[in-house]
Order: sequence, then C-alpha cells, then structure tokens
Amino acid sequence: MNQEKTTVLEHRVFQGDYRLLRVAAPIIGPQVKPGQFVHLRVPRLEQAVLRRPFSVFKADEEGLSILYATVGMGTEVLNSVESGEVIDLMGPLGTGFPTLGKDKTLPVLVAGGYGNAALYLQAKNLPIKGGAFFGGRTAQDILCVGEFEALGWDVRVTTDDGSLGTKGLVTAALDPWLAEQDLDAVELFSCGPNPMLKAVGDRALEKGFTAWLSMDRNMACGVGACLTCVIKRKTEAGWEWARCCKDGPVFNAEEILWED
Amino acid sequence: MRVKIGSLEMKNPVTVASGTFGYGPEYADYIDLDRLGAVTVKGISVEPHVGNQTPRTFETASGMLNAIGLPGPGAQGFIDKYIPFFAEYSVPLIVNIWGKTVEDYGAVTEILGSQERVGALEVNVSCPNVKEGGALYGTNVDLFRTVVDEVRAKTETPIIIKLAPNVADIKRFAKAAEECGADGLAVMNSYPAMAIDIETRKPELANRTGGLSGPAIKPIAVKLVWEAAQAVDIPIIGMGGIYTPEDALEFIVAGATGVAVGTANFTDPSSALRVIDGIETWLAEHHVRSVNDLVGTVRA
Repeated sequence: MNQEKTTVLEHRVFQGDYRLLRVAAPIIGPQVKPGQFVHLRVPRLEQAVLRRPFSVFKADEEGLSILYATVGMGTEVLNSVESGEVIDLMGPLGTGFPTLGKDKTLPVLVAGGYGNAALYLQAKNLPIKGGAFFGGRTAQDILCVGEFEALGWDVRVTTDDGSLGTKGLVTAALDPWLAEQDLDAVELFSCGPNPMLKAVGDRALEKGFTAWLSMDRNMACGVGACLTCVIKRKTEAGWEWARCCKDGPVFNAEEILWED
Repeated sequence: MRVKIGSLEMKNPVTVASGTFGYGPEYADYIDLDRLGAVTVKGISVEPHVGNQTPRTFETASGMLNAIGLPGPGAQGFIDKYIPFFAEYSVPLIVNIWGKTVEDYGAVTEILGSQERVGALEVNVSCPNVKEGGALYGTNVDLFRTVVDEVRAKTETPIIIKLAPNVADIKRFAKAAEECGADGLAVMNSYPAMAIDIETRKPELANRTGGLSGPAIKPIAVKLVWEAAQAVDIPIIGMGGIYTPEDALEFIVAGATGVAVGTANFTDPSSALRVIDGIETWLAEHHVRSVNDLVGTVRA
C-alpha cells in the first residue's frame, strides 16, 4: 500500500462511453494483485473532498491502467485529464481474488459491463482458462472480448437488447452452461452491478459451487478507517460489518448477507 | 511546537479528528504516526456497537455528510485489539468515548481511563448521528454537566469535551465543562445537515440526516473556537475543515491551542503531516518562538 504521484501516459476513448487511463506507477504497479483497486484524487476537482476508487484493469512493472465510464462529477472532470498530467494514487488497495482452489479445475468469469476490467488480471493469472460470460445493455457495453479470447477464455456474450450475442441477462447464457458442468470443479469470479452479483451469488449457494464476488459500494477513505463501504458478512451469531475497501472488495458469495 | 492539554503533552499541536482516522493502524502504512502530536481514535462505548445502516456518507460541495453511527468494538474490544498496536509507537493516544446513558459514560471512562497507554479521553457529547445520548447531552446544558461530572469523577486522565456546534451559545457549554473540571475542549463536532436525491425524493443517508464536515464548515468552526476561547481558560483543540497549515494557524489565532485534521485525511493521508510542517515553517518565518505565543492573538 503506497501513495504515489503518477504521470498519465495515455488517456483515450476505449469504446463508446468507456475510457482507458494509463499511468506510470513504478511503485504501485508491480504490487497490484488481481481484483485490487486504486484510490485516485481527481486533478482540478478541488471542491471534492473524496478520492474515487477504480478497479485496476492492467498492471505491470511500469504502471497500471483503469477502464471507466462517466458516472458523476468525479469521472466527468477526469475526462479532461491529459497525457503528462500528474495524478495522486493510493494503492493497491483491498483484498482481491484468490488463486484457483486446489480441487477446482473449471474457472468461470462472469461480468456485467465494464466489470470485466476488474477480472482481467485474474483471467491472465489463472492457470486454467474456462468460460467467460460477459453481459451488457447493448453491444457498446461489451468490452475486451478479443483480449480475453487471446488469453484462452471461451467468451459468451449476452446483451439486454440482443445487439450482440444472446439476448437477455448474463444468467441466460450462464445457467444452461452451468447445468452441463461438474459444479464441484467450478470456481467462479465475478464483477458487475449488484443485482447481477446477487444472482450469481444465489446460484452459487443453491447449486453448491464456489463463487467470488467483487462488491462495489460508495467509498470514502479506501483504507478501512471511515466504515462507509460496509456490507453485512455472515457470522455464527448473525452478521457483522465487513469493509469493501479492506476486507473486500472480493468476498466469497457464501459470506454475504444480502439486503433487499 | 509543544503544547499541553491538561497533563497531556503533545510535541506539536496537530492531532486527527475522531472518526476520520480509524483506530490507528489503518493509516500507519501511509504516514509515521509518531510524527503526530496525538492520534485520536474513533468513538468507543462500553459495549460493542453496530452503528447505522448504509449509505453512511455522502459527498457535498467542499465537504461531506456522515452518519456512521459510532460502530465500534466496545471498550474491552478496543483494549484487546488496538492498545497492543500502540506499544510500538510513542505518539500520545486520545480515545474518543461516548455513551447512551450517563452511567455508560462513567463505565467506559473507568475502563479506558485506567489504561496507561491512553493519554487523554475525548468525551463525545455531540454525535449528531446516534439517537440516545450523543447530541442530547451536547445541547442541554444540565445533562451536559451530569456527563462531564460523571466522567471527571471516574478518572484522573485528562478529559477533553467535544462540543456540539448547534447550540445557541457555545460559551455556556464551554464554561460548564471548565467548571466541571474538564482539561480541555474540542470544538467542533460535525454540523447536523442533510442532502436529498430529488429523483427518488429520498435522503442520501440511511440515517436521513448526518454531520457535515470539510472545508464547508471551517468558518463556522473558527467562530465557535473564537467564542469558546473567550469564555474559558482551559485549552481548546480546534477542528472543522482544516486542510492547510494556514487553516490550522487561523484556528490557533482564533484561540485554539491544538488542532485536528479530519476529512482531509480522506482526501490525502499526508494532510496532517503537511499541516505540521507548514506550521513550523510559518512560525520560523514569522519569528514566533512558540506556537503557544500565537494562541488567541486575534485582534479586535
């Protein structure tokens, strides 16, 4: 965990509404593990007291990149950042994805929209490449299919409007596929909107396979101090708060107590 | 740079505001805790407490709302989990305490006040986000006195009373705390506030209302420190939106002996260290020998 002044190397439209931001981060970059995030101070946004958390897309010895969509004031201002500008980063933060369990032979990725950016390093590192299920609203929201295929993943795409792949939610493709697998061998890694994560988590509990979910919550400090980003984690006595920024963002689906 | 709050000695006037710095270990990877004048940890009650539902914070213009609701491990849980951590550090430890009843305040004081590692207790009588205790004790001067009396009776350790900003006359509370034997005051807690999503028409916080912190409240806090300082002789730790050394110096000139960096820790974990270095530089440049010589030097 470090704080580093990073220099923007590349910032461009990646696809549709999504942008790629790559920075030189020789201290943080080499430390990033799959599923971890960085906490970024948006330049020229002095009236904002909080940083903005982003999952790391790619990372290496020189630096790291993030994929983001413009969702609010922070990302709007981030759009204007240019190559050569300096961005203050904290990271890598959080507890990411575990390595493949010893008894598991079929890793599965499930992502909603640009959630698959948070799965890329995991996809790269996993010793076995299995199925990858990417869902989105439209074809515009399906990113990086070629990159995951190049790593050896069998990518299946769904879109809400049928503009790419199978029409429907990601579970429309996942369910029939899972029905034909040995579920004891399945270990699933997922990132995306909360309803999708819950749907994946429900299936894991119901069918008995292992699933790791990267949970997204509004965050303030990013280091476990402020207790903003808490979710309910099951305990023997009931539940306790767990911090997405420190104990997560990745949790085993069986730990999570979902709220309506 | 040395200052004293009762018998608590700080090597510089800068601590961190309770609730913005966890229990200490959270920021230890980012800054050397021993450079701080003191570490002030998140509020502790006798029993473990679960706090509020989520969402618990919301960013606003030059500030943020929070309604965390004082979740915590309880007094014994804090001692078991965090006191050993501080054995590796020499930085004074200020523990923020709170209770739902006057008896609760007494009980948590007895347990934590007897801990050798605890340099002072900061008594939270002003949390805007818990229904019992909290703000009630901070806004009714008679109840306020009963809490301060109870805490004072249970410990020799310095006690710092954290005042609520939303009172008609903060001087009455400052004076009452001093009369009840408080060693210092912390001015101010976050300001009760609210934000609403106009599309859903729901408050942005699960608790509906919360406390506003950050640069947005700084002028309010400076005014309250200035008023409180005129009413009492005990030292004041000023806080509310301090980001820069100049912010901190403004509080000191207004009458604060110490200052606390709060929301700025979220923006940049090194904020408090920059404030310390900047105060030192400013004092040298202005040929001020001791920070104490600057306290309350605001001119009419």
